[in-house]
Amino acid sequence: MAESIERPPHTVLRDKSAPLLQVQHIALAFGAVQALSDVSVDIDAGEILAIIGPNGAGKTSLLNVINGVYYPQRGRIVFQGVERSKRLRPYQVARQGIARTFQNVALFKGMSTLDNLMTGRVLHMHTGLFSQALYWGRARRDEERHRAYVETIIDFLEIEAIRKTPVGRLPYGLQKRVELGRALAAEPVLLLLDEPMAGMNVEEKADMCRFIFDIRDEFGITCVLIEHDMGVVMDISDRLVVLDYGRKIADGPPDVVRTDQAVINAYLGVAYADERY
Amino acid sequence: MPHDRVLDTFPKLLLDRTRQHPDKIAMREKALGIWQTWSWRQMCDEVRALAGGLAAMGLARGDKVAIIGDNRPHLYWAMTAIQCLGGVPVPLYQDAVAEEMQFVLEHAETRFAVVEDQEQVDKLLAVQERCPKLETMIYTDPRGLRHYSSPDLHALTTVQEHGRCFAAAHPSYVDEQIAQGRGTDLAIMLYTSGTTGRPKGVMLSFDNILITARNAVVREGLRDDEEILAYLPMAWVGDHIFSYAQFYCADFIVNCPESSDTVLQDLHEIGPTYFFAPPRIWENILTTVMIRMEDAAWLKRKMFHFFMGVAQRVGARKLAGQSVGLRDTLLYALGDVLVYGPLKDNLGLRRIRLAYTAGEAIGPEIFTFYRSLGINVKQLYGMTEASVFVCVQPDGEVRSDTVGTPMPEVEVKISPEGEVMFRSPGVFLGYYKNPQATAETLDDGWVHSGDAGYIDAQGHLKIIDRARDVSRVGNANRSLFAPRYLENKLKFSPFIKEAVVYGQERPFVGAFINIDLEAVGNWAERRGLAYTSYTDLAARPQVYDLIQGEIARVNAHLADDPQMAGAQIRRFLILHKELDPDDGELTRTRKVRRRFVSEKYATLIEALYGADDRVTVETQVIFEDGRSGMLKAELLICDVAPETSVAVA
Repeated sequence: MAESIERPPHTVLRDKSAPLLQVQHIALAFGAVQALSDVSVDIDAGEILAIIGPNGAGKTSLLNVINGVYYPQRGRIVFQGVERSKRLRPYQVARQGIARTFQNVALFKGMSTLDNLMTGRVLHMHTGLFSQALYWGRARRDEERHRAYVETIIDFLEIEAIRKTPVGRLPYGLQKRVELGRALAAEPVLLLLDEPMAGMNVEEKADMCRFIFDIRDEFGITCVLIEHDMGVVMDISDRLVVLDYGRKIADGPPDVVRTDQAVINAYLGVAYADERY
Repeated sequence: MPHDRVLDTFPKLLLDRTRQHPDKIAMREKALGIWQTWSWRQMCDEVRALAGGLAAMGLARGDKVAIIGDNRPHLYWAMTAIQCLGGVPVPLYQDAVAEEMQFVLEHAETRFAVVEDQEQVDKLLAVQERCPKLETMIYTDPRGLRHYSSPDLHALTTVQEHGRCFAAAHPSYVDEQIAQGRGTDLAIMLYTSGTTGRPKGVMLSFDNILITARNAVVREGLRDDEEILAYLPMAWVGDHIFSYAQFYCADFIVNCPESSDTVLQDLHEIGPTYFFAPPRIWENILTTVMIRMEDAAWLKRKMFHFFMGVAQRVGARKLAGQSVGLRDTLLYALGDVLVYGPLKDNLGLRRIRLAYTAGEAIGPEIFTFYRSLGINVKQLYGMTEASVFVCVQPDGEVRSDTVGTPMPEVEVKISPEGEVMFRSPGVFLGYYKNPQATAETLDDGWVHSGDAGYIDAQGHLKIIDRARDVSRVGNANRSLFAPRYLENKLKFSPFIKEAVVYGQERPFVGAFINIDLEAVGNWAERRGLAYTSYTDLAARPQVYDLIQGEIARVNAHLADDPQMAGAQIRRFLILHKELDPDDGELTRTRKVRRRFVSEKYATLIEALYGADDRVTVETQVIFEDGRSGMLKAELLICDVAPETSVAVA
């Protein structure tokens, strides 16, 4: 609801000295196209960080570097104080506690909401194929444990009514919510959200904002999101990182960034230079 | 029963039931995908802990406590806990906006509020400054509330912990308070949402509620193994009687749904034996069935329609205990295996022994549909002021156009002006702080129901309309104009969700229509008619044609009744937005606020009786989050030709 958007950002216990994730001097090129050049971002535990920038600025590329889909040519990534080895696979990154959602919803359309969320638990399943197929002993106890965890997420995201519905039949806004649920099911430390509110109406956006707040407050998960709706971004994020042509041009709290001349010129455009922001 | 006379309050009943069968299941709630159960012993512990906590916080006899939220066991327990201490619960409609709540909170002078979640807490905090009496807020669901700093906010579990400490220090306090309670005490205050004016606080005593509930349990033969689903608003008297009073009287099991969105699934899982639903819900279920059947394979569809034909011919008679031929008996049995059984099972209505519909008239087709499936749904006539029960159809005497005969200890009479009046032990104590309204309604123990009706030859009460709404059309033959009667006839169409008719001292009857977005949307999809929103769909000429056909059907019915023939609907328009309680157009129980709608859409009414066939309208709409916006649309106005009676022609 609208009230929760206007709630002041809460101060969550944060160890200023050691960021949760450090992205240092990243450079990423596809042939001659320089997607990211010398980008450094520190992500603190417990914050909501928004990455903004015009189309093609390198926002999704940055998320892809963080979760291991792309390997940068230069730079290093330090997660929870440990430097990541060069060629870490996305599933290994996920196992370290980084989950994400995608710009275009990437769910198993024919499977129910519940089953989609259960796939988020795969990383935490430790029983073999054989015992799972027989649904016996430890596999059974495991399944019950995972199901119980998934149910807390269903409750959290208020999607009880669509538990058994194939996700392909759900409206877009709900599919986005299910995808968020699957990411949460992985029990991440850091959650990357690529345009979580794209294509949503005002009410759905308000709901999603509330969920993002609650994810941070209730689950203690750090959130990094890419979002185009400036109203939403200014409301919910503790800090903004602005990218333009693969470079970081600003980094700071919303109040500071919105008055930054470089940002106004590059991204928000001259029309926004008046009192609106 | 002398034994029961001592058990004249709910807290006393709680202690007695717990003593008799501590391990019998009392309540269930679906949480985290699993039905959780509480025995009477567990429930009693919870109530005691809460009562102790409230006592420690200073709740005194006579204090009013607001209860706001969906049907949750903890909220029902809170009611009993409050009553243990001699306090008075005041349940509020959970979907009301903050300002509406403010009125009730102020008027009832509530000191405490027990609410479900953050949404309700936010509303209370928004109006707290304007409700100086409101001191303490207790919530059951802590989610999102962790960082709220208000010192007046407490988690229910914390209150219960304090209650257990309090009980250790004052072991007999709660029991002494329970023993002090009397049947004549004020048990609860229910604010009627009212189609006109401010809500009024109906005061009901324990005697009012318990005697009425017990009489109904006896007459309707309710047993202690009934299962019911508590899904209607707790602020509504019906839920209070069915899910609370009769729960204590008859000892059956109350099931609370997982969320308001999952009610139909929960219904299917629980399979209640005793069920109550207003006509709106029965309609919704039927519409869903019909839509799904239209989308089904042709064999299924054919089978469904064939056996529904059989059911309509046979089912109602079977249910009434009349004999039917051998062939029909066999066909019906086959239909039960192939269609009715699976259908009822799917809807969660298979185990129903007794179901009620009330609140408004139900469409005869809808009513017959359920009856012919073998579901014992009966009409009930009740009011908050009567602790619900006034009349119920006795088994074997069920018809679609009456509301049955008076319940035990209830007397019904018709005033010289044609108004229904009744007197019973359930008649309320009065409206809280509103002696004028009490005097207008209560007349020497008799209640003015405000409904126009008569008692037919079989002794059944028949309701026509609200007494003050019945008037005459301003045409040559001065036809009877009963707006509610006409609107209900219109609403019996699956495509029409809401209707408002005009005609008092007008040359003819005109109507505003709200289409049923789901049914018309599905109809449009099957015809390849693309639309973006309610407003868009409502303005389509094809939809106008569809509605015109539905109105013509209603007119044909009216033409057969000489009293009503002149009240046929001659012009209509489809409103560009759905009537909504948030905009004040409907009450929280979804009845049309006629006067408000007339004022708001005065230009549209003029247009109905004007010469133009289109009109531009601009309306303010209020979104769920309280913000408002403007909605502008151009509406078509469409004529309908009058029908002539076949009998007369």
